[in-house]
Amino acid sequence: MSIINVNGLTKQFGSIAAVNNLSFSVEKGSVCGFLGQNGAGKSTTIRMLLTLIRPTSGSIEIFGHNLLTHRSEILKNIGAVIEKPDVYPYLSAYDNLKLFARLSGMKPTAARLKDILELVGLADRARDKVKIYSQGMKQRLGLAIALVHDPEIIILDEPTNGLDPQGIADIRNLIVRLSRDLKKTVLVSSHLLSEIEQMATHVLIIDKGRKLVDGPSASLFDPSKTIVELETLDPSFTRQQILNSPYGGNLMDDRDSSLVLQINRNEIPGLSRHLVTHGVDLVRLQPRHSLEDYFLQITNQNTDADTYTD
Amino acid sequence: MLTLIRIELYKIFRRPRTYIAFAAITALITVIQVGLSIDGEAYADFVMQTIKQSFDFEGKLLNGYLVCYILLQLLLVHVPLLIALIAADMISGEANLGTLRLLLTKPISRTRFTLAKFAAAAVYTFLLLVWIAFLSLVVSVWIFGTDDLFIVKSSYAVQLAEDDVLWRYAGAFGYALLSMLTVTALGFFFSHFASNSIGPIVATMSVIVFFTILSTMGIPIFQKIQPYLFTTHMVNWKEFFDQQVDADNIAISGSLQNPEKIARSAMILILHIAGFLAASVWVFRKKDVLT
Repeated sequence: MSIINVNGLTKQFGSIAAVNNLSFSVEKGSVCGFLGQNGAGKSTTIRMLLTLIRPTSGSIEIFGHNLLTHRSEILKNIGAVIEKPDVYPYLSAYDNLKLFARLSGMKPTAARLKDILELVGLADRARDKVKIYSQGMKQRLGLAIALVHDPEIIILDEPTNGLDPQGIADIRNLIVRLSRDLKKTVLVSSHLLSEIEQMATHVLIIDKGRKLVDGPSASLFDPSKTIVELETLDPSFTRQQILNSPYGGNLMDDRDSSLVLQINRNEIPGLSRHLVTHGVDLVRLQPRHSLEDYFLQITNQNTDADTYTD
Repeated sequence: MLTLIRIELYKIFRRPRTYIAFAAITALITVIQVGLSIDGEAYADFVMQTIKQSFDFEGKLLNGYLVCYILLQLLLVHVPLLIALIAADMISGEANLGTLRLLLTKPISRTRFTLAKFAAAAVYTFLLLVWIAFLSLVVSVWIFGTDDLFIVKSSYAVQLAEDDVLWRYAGAFGYALLSMLTVTALGFFFSHFASNSIGPIVATMSVIVFFTILSTMGIPIFQKIQPYLFTTHMVNWKEFFDQQVDADNIAISGSLQNPEKIARSAMILILHIAGFLAASVWVFRKKDVLT
């Protein structure tokens, strides 16, 4: 069941169409990865979903209602972080959270605010003024503000900006938890394709304001064709071992020190066991991010098509 | 709506910048009061020197009421800058902080949001005037005492009986509130067009200075447009300190020389406030938030 339906959405800035006749839907309870190169129109689309920008044409329906005519009741059930999570630097995290919770139409209890700050790992610094926070802490506070009123839909524009690897993993796990355990619908844009790949159940890719692809992640990139790179101390010995194994037909490429195979993702543990038991000194076995490959492939195709048209 | 206004006031009064205006007003009034308490009689003699050649004065010329009048004449020229500091920052400041986009993703209509912000700026203006009234009237009366208020105008002098002054100050401060709310509305309107507060503050002050010059110059072509400039009407709080005379040229206690002029000017200021506010709502409803 679709919870967000976008039809023929267009936004013109002068003669430039930042978003051009874009249509897509987001399934209830899904984590939709929203991808596109810089300037593709992701932020403009997200801002239109949040009524920050008025569309030139097209319609947006959320929870089955038109966004422009039912703005307030729809926004009550949406939490968002848009690019930088800017808040009031002269207030503490606790006061910021309380203020935005009240603006969301709720009267938050101290326990609720504490729970949310604990969820994002800021409980210990809740009373500090935000002006002394790091970018990562501000990002966490932005997430807390997005979640405090318990919205059904969470829209996150680059939520891992400025976070360290642990912070990125925390946010990823939180998003997965929100969807899996709390049945929230999450629309998340990110430059980190590997992160999107690990958490998105659906993917929407746009370029130059137009949709290239959308659908369930599993149908977009086939796990049976996962690319695996191998690095060993003796590449020619390894190559021989692979050719003599059931994986011989999967060998694709052979470079100076690394070998490339196309293999079903489920077969990767067997491949690694086979190589080790046959005396291969394995330095690195790395499945390449299939979403990244897919993204580059699809956006390059679009660029090529444009070039051809031109 | 009340919750929104409370939140906006909370934000205004949690910012250090807000207290600059209160501190500046306190410092300025204190300095003038100290100066007048040390050497005020000499100052009064200098101001009254031509009149003192023809009349004898009894009582305390330099009293709290006169000090308050002097302070108001000085301050109400400079207070617009202090008001612009906050009013012109109401929207542009949020855009500069980046909080505007987060605020507008909340379930609040843009019209209510704009009205709540203006209401909060208006409360700030009101409190600033209350503070000015307290310092310039209450404290001055406490320091200098009370007596009749004697004011020298350009071509005549007015003597207001001691018991006929306080209601005039109430009216003058009420009128001054309308004048300052016009500045608030103008600064608030400009704050919709920038993503930092410097531009709107400078624009507000430029308009006030420009219009004030046009309002005060006696060039005939300027005189034709003067009735339409809000700055012409902003200074009419002084009308509360003028009284009618009867057929024998005796002042009528409790009267106003030109109540119609006060009412007309007040209405023009109210129309300006409503106009700037309506324009603000219209602009904000159409605004794409790109910052």
